[in-house]
Amino acid sequence: MYRSAVRKPLITGKKDLHDITVDISRPIETSANKWWWSLFIVSAMAMLWGFGCIAYTIGTGIGVWGLNNTVGWAWDITNFVWWVGIGHAGTLISAVLLLFRQQWRLSINRTSEAMTIFAVMQAGLFPLIHMGRLWMGYWIFPLPNQFGPLWVNFNSPLLWDVFAISTYFSVSLVFWYMGLIPDFAMIRDRAVKPIARKVYSFLSFGWSGKAKHWQRHEVMSLVLAGLCTPLVLSVHSIVSMDFATSVIPGWHTTIFPPYFVAGAIFGGFAMCQTLLLIARKVVSLEDYITMTHIEYMNIIILVTGSIVGCAYITELFIAWYSGVEYEQYAFLNRATGPYWWSYWAMMTCNVISPQLMWFKKLRTNILFTFIIALFVHIGMWFERFVIIVTSLHRDFLPSSWSMFSPTFVDIGIFVGTIGFFLVLFLLYARTFPVIAQAELKTIVKTKSSKYNKN
Amino acid sequence: MYNITTDIKRLSFFLILIGLVAMAYGFFQSLTVVSDDKIKSTVKKIAKELNLEYKSKYKLETKEEKNIHLDEFDQLIENSEEDSKNINNHQKEDYSELIYMVEKKLHCHIDPNHVHTVSDVVYAAKHYFHAKHQRPWSSLLISTLFFLMVSVAATLWWALQYVAQAGWSALLLRIPMAISSFIPYAALILIFIIITAGLHWHHTFHWMAEGIMDPSDSYYDEIIANKAAYLNIPFFLIRTFICLIGWYCFAYLLKKYSLSEDKYGGGTKWYNKSYKTAVSFVLFFGITSAFAGWDWIMSIDTHWFSTLFSWYALASFFVTACAFIAIITIYLMYNGYFKELNNSHMHDFGRYLLAFSIFWTYLWFAQYMLIWYANIPEEVTYYQERYDYYYPLVMITLMINFLAPFLLLMNRSSKRSKGKVLFVACLIVLGHFFDVFLMITPGTMHDHWHLGFVEIGTFLGFLGFFILVVFRNLSKYQLIQKNHPMLGESEHHEIHIH
Repeated sequence: MYRSAVRKPLITGKKDLHDITVDISRPIETSANKWWWSLFIVSAMAMLWGFGCIAYTIGTGIGVWGLNNTVGWAWDITNFVWWVGIGHAGTLISAVLLLFRQQWRLSINRTSEAMTIFAVMQAGLFPLIHMGRLWMGYWIFPLPNQFGPLWVNFNSPLLWDVFAISTYFSVSLVFWYMGLIPDFAMIRDRAVKPIARKVYSFLSFGWSGKAKHWQRHEVMSLVLAGLCTPLVLSVHSIVSMDFATSVIPGWHTTIFPPYFVAGAIFGGFAMCQTLLLIARKVVSLEDYITMTHIEYMNIIILVTGSIVGCAYITELFIAWYSGVEYEQYAFLNRATGPYWWSYWAMMTCNVISPQLMWFKKLRTNILFTFIIALFVHIGMWFERFVIIVTSLHRDFLPSSWSMFSPTFVDIGIFVGTIGFFLVLFLLYARTFPVIAQAELKTIVKTKSSKYNKN
Repeated sequence: MYNITTDIKRLSFFLILIGLVAMAYGFFQSLTVVSDDKIKSTVKKIAKELNLEYKSKYKLETKEEKNIHLDEFDQLIENSEEDSKNINNHQKEDYSELIYMVEKKLHCHIDPNHVHTVSDVVYAAKHYFHAKHQRPWSSLLISTLFFLMVSVAATLWWALQYVAQAGWSALLLRIPMAISSFIPYAALILIFIIITAGLHWHHTFHWMAEGIMDPSDSYYDEIIANKAAYLNIPFFLIRTFICLIGWYCFAYLLKKYSLSEDKYGGGTKWYNKSYKTAVSFVLFFGITSAFAGWDWIMSIDTHWFSTLFSWYALASFFVTACAFIAIITIYLMYNGYFKELNNSHMHDFGRYLLAFSIFWTYLWFAQYMLIWYANIPEEVTYYQERYDYYYPLVMITLMINFLAPFLLLMNRSSKRSKGKVLFVACLIVLGHFFDVFLMITPGTMHDHWHLGFVEIGTFLGFLGFFILVVFRNLSKYQLIQKNHPMLGESEHHEIHIH
């Protein structure tokens, strides 16, 4: 394949096919270091604390949260939307960047898809525990009517959410797992310990690397990528409709679907950046996740951050332009009301700080990138908090205006999901091939610095 | 090197001629408008002859007597249906003669279903003549905006190839460059339309009407007056000039660097310059396209607002620009140019058309569904008008713009076929003309709309003008640029499964 001279190599360190095999199976075949263990223990403790808080919530009822009559949705939905958003980058990388033939995705798609699955698992927890009676959880599905006169409300965007998220989760899981099969087979073939060989042999579904297997595998990847692409837009659009179909000022605005999608990609890429920056250091993948990759991801963060910034300004402007007093007040209250600090935290972290990425020096600086990614996490969390709580806490009747303050249970569950997420990710990093090596090997001849003399 | 053929010249002059005739006809028709005072006096006179009472307002005495606050909503609807039936029966006996005579005398058309009193006849006749006066201006605005925004969106497409470091398209970058040369022509016509609107030659932008922001005027509209800080003619013109001059300058710079690259070559110097300009243009356009959508289109329906609107309009223009680039490229391929292009390039055009048609539909649906679902009076009027009077056209637009590309281009092999991509691209141009028509006409002509000789003729005239400018520009420079660092990738372009 012909390559232009302006393209940079995507695999540095003069790697050939065998080097890739060795580098990627190293974390699986060696034992974990102190850093891994200490991070794992901290995350596991956070996770257990979160589980305790969830158990307490279910045992006592959601009255243990900080909710009140006016603010009936707060941290639970904020966390839900935050996690779903983080899950977005995986699909974008695996499906949309595939469509755009962006080969740099090959070093990061496995990890970002894993991140998607783990993030959606955290997201899914919140609607379930919000029900209060977790054992009735299956009532959210449109099951036949023998439970009584209850039937799901097909007009409700909350139900669309159930379909959207479960479809998203299953398609992402299948796509991720199918990509893993040849890589599991590679680890199976190298395994020396009998148990490891048995486990990876089971996980790889008897993959033998025959031409027929590869042919079917490629066709299936293409079909699944096709199925995934609309999901990039649909999932977060439907999440945004949870708010936008209402008539609450600050919630009902038509820009929500595309703006939520852009925000989700923004937040998702920031999480990808955070995890990959740690992973490339801890399991030494600097030759595969190169500065070029980091820079490209920073550019996506810059672009989506700017789109989100445009959407904020548009909302603010149209609220004034509409002449609807409620709408105008909702935005005035956001910026100058009792929750002004959350609004300005959102503005600073989401709109202003990513603009620093315009400077090449900054966007190719690893420490700076890491810090900005953390800013984005904070900003995106506050974005959902601002949308949800500031629109609710001063509703149409001033006599019922109120404030929201989280209890230790709210905080505990949120911290718990971060712990749970990290536990899953750390386990994944030691047992799974963190780079899609079979796919990566297809570009070695054109993109490795060993063969590419540019 | 491409040279404009006499066939193309002949075709474009013929289309321009049609456009000139259509516009002349439209403006001639609009001269026969009857003034508001004359309508009033004529209707009064005929009503007097027929012994009908002229009341300034329809009084709802019968309705007020009834208890309107019924517990059951259904009951209320039933009553109002009965009322309207009564009114209809009542007026049909009384006013059909009046309507007939007024129509004959003034040469207009009045919908009897909207007439409940004599003053309704005056009102309906006034609206008829306002729409008649407005018709050539509306069709002029539709075609101007369509071709202006398509030229700008083609420039965006061109810039995006640099921003994304796309390799496949390097061979055909002269096509969007030629399209971008139409910007100044369309921009001048748009400025003409806006200035004449400011001079009250026509009533395209409702908020420009005299007295609408003056509390002492009978025409005062408080909601519109509240928007005065944004919707006033000086600021409107400043925004228009910033957008148009800015876009023109960026297109000029991109063209300059591209031609310098041909001439001087020399590594990636000009490519990097183009890259930087393209990035700045995308940023500039990201902001200014919002103003373009709000000012030139959304402010026509002055009361209405939607945060999504500018993005939706941009999606419409962008997919049309992709279609025009594909059409011109394929036309040249049929005529023996672009020998290096293969069906993988067609595949990429097919993907562009399919993906952005779906994207357009997504934004259409998002805006429509949220407004329909929330059903807030301030917003829902926009679609109410389109559904009451434009329903078939709305459906046709959705079918052409979504179903056709979706079904025809879903298949891999049809994306790789020149003929099929060309066919779908032509459909998309047609469908998005309807879309722009639906963005503008309901706000300016309301229920008295036409999609006839004036509208289609004006569009064809602009199409001829556009073809002439674009093809003349194509024949001025090398059809394929030299020294572009991605040329090799474009020549050897082949889409694998991965």
